[in-house]
Amino acid sequence: MSPESGRVRWWAAAFWLAVWQAGSMALGSALLLPSPLHVLARLAALGAAASFRRAVVLSASRIAGGFLLALTAGVGLAALSCRWRRAEELLSPAMLAIRSVPVASFTILALLWVSARNLSVLITFLMALPVLYAGAIRGLRAADPALLEMGRVFRLSPLRRLRFLRLPALWPHLSAACAVSMGLSWKAGTAAEIIGIPAGSLGERMQQAKVYLDTADLFACTLAVVVLSLCFERGAVRLLRLGERLFRGV
Amino acid sequence: MSLEDIVICRLCKSYGGKMVLEDFDARLTAGAVTCLMAPSGWGKTTLLRILMGLTEADSGTVTGLAGRRLSAVFQEDRLCPCLSPADNLRLTAPGLTAVGAREALGTMGLAQWADAPLSHLSGGMRRRVAILRALTAPYDVLLLDEPYRGLDGETKALAIAETLRRREGRTVLAVTHDPEEAKALGAAETIVCGQRGRSARDF
Repeated sequence: MSPESGRVRWWAAAFWLAVWQAGSMALGSALLLPSPLHVLARLAALGAAASFRRAVVLSASRIAGGFLLALTAGVGLAALSCRWRRAEELLSPAMLAIRSVPVASFTILALLWVSARNLSVLITFLMALPVLYAGAIRGLRAADPALLEMGRVFRLSPLRRLRFLRLPALWPHLSAACAVSMGLSWKAGTAAEIIGIPAGSLGERMQQAKVYLDTADLFACTLAVVVLSLCFERGAVRLLRLGERLFRGV
Repeated sequence: MSLEDIVICRLCKSYGGKMVLEDFDARLTAGAVTCLMAPSGWGKTTLLRILMGLTEADSGTVTGLAGRRLSAVFQEDRLCPCLSPADNLRLTAPGLTAVGAREALGTMGLAQWADAPLSHLSGGMRRRVAILRALTAPYDVLLLDEPYRGLDGETKALAIAETLRRREGRTVLAVTHDPEEAKALGAAETIVCGQRGRSARDF
């Protein structure tokens, strides 16, 4: 198993949980570092509350919305960039700026333009866009020129060229970009919610937990975000793998 | 479409100052097989690419190709790696059914490989699929760039027989190094080009 594969071995996870437990026991204060069991118990208690589940749905839908917008725009802009070099040149500084500006700066700026309610959609969109755009450009350029020439000689329809010559090359690059940007989306979206504090969101709960020094709640919410992020990432990759079947038959 | 000869007149092409094709003249008789034999580096593939519309000539003209449907066997197989052999055939021949594709593959001993992943096929098998793709696609003019390269004697004979059976009186230009191959294809005309001369001489 290569380290890049990102797959977690149970023994490695157990080791780090043990380190966490040992740290918590050494500090002896749930305020500074609650134990893993304490956090799990708190997460279970939060999960039983309808308001927490609503917060999860609300945050997840906004982050997923921002991600889907970024995916659509990223692929569309990449197609334009591959078609017209000028479009790529025009977009290049914008993508560089978006990639370089810290999430917090964007969030504070964006609060001036949009309501806190829609903030995480915009921030997620902005953070995911450059990753998806770059992945889509790499994928579109990965199409085999020899196969594209074959398509021209045999007069394949534009739809067939797209489905059988372009998309199979695009897919692996887009899948990788989706996996990376999905994790990034949750990080950026949650950060935006913590700063913008939209009512009824996971970010608002985390902000409240910080204000009231409720460390166990803060850990539980963070754990919920991590789990949701992983589930979304796996879900996106699985959907993309299902999509791959589209290219397996004429 | 009425049959019309393809006339190539004073075709020139150079890459980076190096002349690849110089004042090439030829007439491809409509409905006949023409073979082009020339040494490596002569510009055979460049000529075919110009006829396919993939490369623009520096000067010269080609008449008789406008509106004609082309089909080709490239020097490389150029098969879609994500499709099975049968689906590779169906990709370029929209009217071909799955059964038809399997039957076509069967004529070259590939029926049992029809739905296999392309990566499971040997180089020779993939070559046969590429040949069949060119033969099953709808076309008026067939361009073959060393189509039987890498095939053993028996398979080559089978592939040539299938080419002739499926040609049905259409125009073919085949590039080859092998005089026996030209003979087996029943070429009406063989254009042999020497190492030095860039112009074609008909024999």
